[in-house]
Amino acid sequence: MDIDYRRDGDRGSLALAGELTIYAAAEAKARLLAPLAECRELTIDLAGVSEIDSAGLQLLVLARQQAAATGKSVGLVTPSQPVRDLLELYDIAGFFADQPGTGELA
Amino acid sequence: MNIESALPTFIAESRELLSSMDDFLLLLEHEPDNSEAIAATFRAIHTIKGSAGLFGLDCIVSFAHVAESVLDRVRDGELPVDDAFTALLLECGDHIGQLIDQVAGDQQYDDDALTARGAQLHARLARLLPLGPSAAALPINDPSVCRAVLGTNKVDSARNTDADCDVDGRAVASDNWHLSLRFAPGVLKNGMDPASFLRYLSTFGELVRTVTLWDAMPTAETMDPELCYLGFEIALRSAATRETILGAFEFVQDECQLAILPPHSSIADYRRLIAALPEGPQRAAELLLASGTLSAAELSAAVQPGPEAAVEVGEKAAGIAASTPAAAGQPSTLIERRSAERRNVDRRGQEARFVRVDAAKLDALINQVGEMVIASASATLHARQSANGVLNEAMSLMSRQVEEIRDSALALRMVEIGETFHRFQRVVRDVSRELGKDIELLTSGNDTELDKMVVEKINDPLMHLVRNAIDHGIEPADVRLTRGKPAKATLRLNACHESGSIIIEVVDDGGGLPRDKLLQKGIERGLVTPGQNLSEKDIFNLIFEPGFSTAEQVTNLSGRGVGMDVVRRNIEALRGSIELDSAEGVGTTVRIRLPLTLAIIDGFLIEVGNSSFVVPLDMIVECLELPENDRQAGNGRHYLNLRGEVLPFVRLRELFGIEGRAGRRENVVVVHFAGQKAGLVVDRLLGEFQTVIKPLGEIFRHLRGISGSTILGSGDVALILDVPATVQQAAHRESHPTHKSFSTPAASLVPSAVN
Repeated sequence: MDIDYRRDGDRGSLALAGELTIYAAAEAKARLLAPLAECRELTIDLAGVSEIDSAGLQLLVLARQQAAATGKSVGLVTPSQPVRDLLELYDIAGFFADQPGTGELA
Repeated sequence: MNIESALPTFIAESRELLSSMDDFLLLLEHEPDNSEAIAATFRAIHTIKGSAGLFGLDCIVSFAHVAESVLDRVRDGELPVDDAFTALLLECGDHIGQLIDQVAGDQQYDDDALTARGAQLHARLARLLPLGPSAAALPINDPSVCRAVLGTNKVDSARNTDADCDVDGRAVASDNWHLSLRFAPGVLKNGMDPASFLRYLSTFGELVRTVTLWDAMPTAETMDPELCYLGFEIALRSAATRETILGAFEFVQDECQLAILPPHSSIADYRRLIAALPEGPQRAAELLLASGTLSAAELSAAVQPGPEAAVEVGEKAAGIAASTPAAAGQPSTLIERRSAERRNVDRRGQEARFVRVDAAKLDALINQVGEMVIASASATLHARQSANGVLNEAMSLMSRQVEEIRDSALALRMVEIGETFHRFQRVVRDVSRELGKDIELLTSGNDTELDKMVVEKINDPLMHLVRNAIDHGIEPADVRLTRGKPAKATLRLNACHESGSIIIEVVDDGGGLPRDKLLQKGIERGLVTPGQNLSEKDIFNLIFEPGFSTAEQVTNLSGRGVGMDVVRRNIEALRGSIELDSAEGVGTTVRIRLPLTLAIIDGFLIEVGNSSFVVPLDMIVECLELPENDRQAGNGRHYLNLRGEVLPFVRLRELFGIEGRAGRRENVVVVHFAGQKAGLVVDRLLGEFQTVIKPLGEIFRHLRGISGSTILGSGDVALILDVPATVQQAAHRESHPTHKSFSTPAASLVPSAVN
């Protein structure tokens, strides 16, 4: 999984590409959370996610929860089709849509 | 899965449950406080109700429900167990049995009569319940609906846990299944993903609402990205069965917390679920509301503490709802931790030590074993002839194995007679009540085994004898008292093995057979000439003549005189015999002797002339050479002195009219049967021989003295001697020297090859 991190002041963006699955989960966890140390707002672009499983989803949830716990925000944008499908299956599109900067998830 | 294929199992198991329920009710008649019996009766009804629900057999469910409610009250000590109660429940059991027969298509009962009876019983049961809509609320359905109704899988789980709490029993409005899933942390590492389970569920239903939760997820430091922290509360609209839905989680049942609530489960069920969920009751309630399965009103009802809340909240801490209901049989509709289920399965496994086998398959197996025995005998013969030592040894090893397989296969067909005797408890109870007599049934030899077919065929004759004993044998209580007997009469059913036969006795301590009356009746009917010298036994045997009855009153049970001759015929058809023994004023004993019907037996091969015969080995006492003087004695004397004992003998050559003359040496095979001994004089003794009994054809049905045939290793046919018949013939000849021997057709039965 490729993670491309850009920062602009206290706003960061992560562009994920590849498989966000259990195989990459351990590594991805670190790379998803690290930016939160330096950013106040983080946007995660999911357009390049070719495959996602529950482990991957959990990481996104974790990122959001971590952000909320520290008064920061994480937004998820432009989900790829696999991401949409999983969000729909789990009926959690709403969960990701209520923070500023998330844009359209539906 | 096609649930219809499980219907025969349901029918068989329900019948077993009803039978055991009968037993417990009979026990309760004597021991009204036996809580074990009460609990077992409750469980039986509960299980039948639950299983019937799976098949959509509403008429059974609704009836069983009322009976169950009544039993629940008894269990709680609110209703006493008295005679009227047990009688009512016995009737209810019978009614359920009839409903099940209806489902099975075995018997066609008149629908109206069945409905009427059901309604009447229902009314009597309802009187035992407190007033209130929850108690006996379910309507009686038309029993014709019971036939071939398999479709809706609505399990009626509106079980009343507390008769006074209406709300608890109320069914929830939503007609979706509710699934509560908490996946184990290791699920992802095991290569499974909750998403695939949900996707699979959607192949046979619609996930109306899915509430995904991750309450279990810790903070980032401790969160392990490879573990699963997800849980789900799902409302599933599906026509699938519980089995199908449960089956979707087969691979994770071991580790996951799973609850499946069928549509319209009760508030009580949801209360239990809330108490059991690991997130705590408040969050749990939230989740259930979010899933849409419970309305707000239903939710608040569920959240009110119920009667069992105290117990369950305590157990909730463990994260497991151990609220498996008291009924072992009914699958829990609540949290089914796989281990809890496994515990249930294990327990049921212990109870279900038996395997159901198609009787036809069993018979086919026995036939095949029979062929194997013959083939093995043939091989052994050839091996002996080849004088190859190694081969002979190998064959002898094989013969031993074949013997063991033979014995095991035959043992499969053996059934304990205790089952049959047991059924008579109910019969004796019913008939004695009907006649106003107090009779106790005692049995012995319950573990005596006999062939399953014999057991089935002996049932009717035994039934007739038991009824006779109760009806005619046993006197009314006042008469008994004047005779110095206890008012309570005793009827005994005994069984035991004796020299290759099984003996069954029906013994009563009643008035005994009226010898003089019998004799008189016999004279009247022209069976006996006045002045004829008859032994006591002969007089008693008059009873077996068709139409013979000395009963003064013909009841609808017996006395018409059509019984005993049929009984004897049935028993003789089983190659058995029946005799009577009686003492006036003391009692009567009916003794039935049956062969242990073995398709394969150990025999002893003998030869007379060119003909081979087989004698069942366990009837043989000894073999000896016929002493010279007895040999020379000729036709005049047919007995010999065996160590001081008089032994009548029969020359088989004479008996069967076999041609040729006896050799210089003749042998005597001493056999015993029914307390009699006799000798069979033959030419040659050929040793032990495993025999497969092949029945003779229809033509030979009336042939006395031969009970079957078999094929020798050489391919020749040997006839199996019917020792009792032969012995009787020998004994009979002693007392009636003018009687002829068996007629000659026997000789023509010994062809050298079998066709």
